[in-house]
Amino acid sequence: MHELSIVANLFEILEEKAREKRAKKVTLVKLRVGALSGVVSEFLETAFDIYKKDTIAAEAILKIVDIPLKIECQKCHKKTVKKDFVFICEHCGSRELKMLQGTELLLEKMELEI
Amino acid sequence: MVKKEILVLEELLGSNKKIASEIRKKLTKKGILTINLLSSPGAGKTTLLERISEKLKPPYKMGVIEGDIETERDAERIRAKGIPAWQILTGGACHLEAKMVGKIFPKIPANLDFLFIENVGNLVCPASYDLGETLRCVLLSTPEGDDKPKKYPKAFTTADCLIITKADLVPLLPFDIERSKEEALELNPELEVFITSALKGTGIEELVNFFLSSLQTLRKQYA
Repeated sequence: MHELSIVANLFEILEEKAREKRAKKVTLVKLRVGALSGVVSEFLETAFDIYKKDTIAAEAILKIVDIPLKIECQKCHKKTVKKDFVFICEHCGSRELKMLQGTELLLEKMELEI
Repeated sequence: MVKKEILVLEELLGSNKKIASEIRKKLTKKGILTINLLSSPGAGKTTLLERISEKLKPPYKMGVIEGDIETERDAERIRAKGIPAWQILTGGACHLEAKMVGKIFPKIPANLDFLFIENVGNLVCPASYDLGETLRCVLLSTPEGDDKPKKYPKAFTTADCLIITKADLVPLLPFDIERSKEEALELNPELEVFITSALKGTGIEELVNFFLSSLQTLRKQYA
């Protein structure tokens, strides 16, 4: 349950960006959350709703894009979207894999009222 | 009123990552190997550190940062072994963050060889926070069950080493060491696996040797 702590970091970035752009309000926040990011999107939403009160993002909508884990085999070069976290190539059985996506925890975009 | 969309692409844990990199840089420059220990509560992190402190003979020096929600009990156990220990009390938080380690940093003597960080007992949240360690070790105690690696993928995929603890209890439990090892290696083929019993003292020497060779590698890299 470290999502509240992560949301506190998010608000530091939101407030800094809003100040830079001299925005009056933040109206939309879009996050990219990887399957292996270690956070639960639903808990992020709850934490965001608790935290946003009396901030510049009080009326903001939170949009979370869940990013699945995607790997590329370094032997057969096939790319696979994984539903589990078994790091073995489904095509050739190799364990030499490169992670292409799925660990990210990013603030992608925000919409401001200026 | 104008609405404007801006592209940010900033990592939410970016500030933690930045502090952790600074800590890692300073510690490795001093030739200190830092090891972050992760596990569920009661998996045996403190007891393992007590056994390590008995095996790690002079001239090697170790120190321990203890992360707990409340009490200095773990730090006192380490100090009783003649090892310097610094307690971080999170006051309720379920994990350590790099900035908490940063506050302890000025107290850490430069002549240490090993700095262990005993994280708050929790297999979930600590996995997301880089503390500036060189090695991350995850402990799995046999009473927890051999099915844990895939239930807590983040902890096992980000670790460098898996330490199975309380192996002396295997005859009493439905715990299959090979199964848990295989599960963990499916998640992370590069894991170094150690099977230990702090009670019987088995596997501790192999683990200490692994830390010693990791220390040598680190010092060669930064010499």
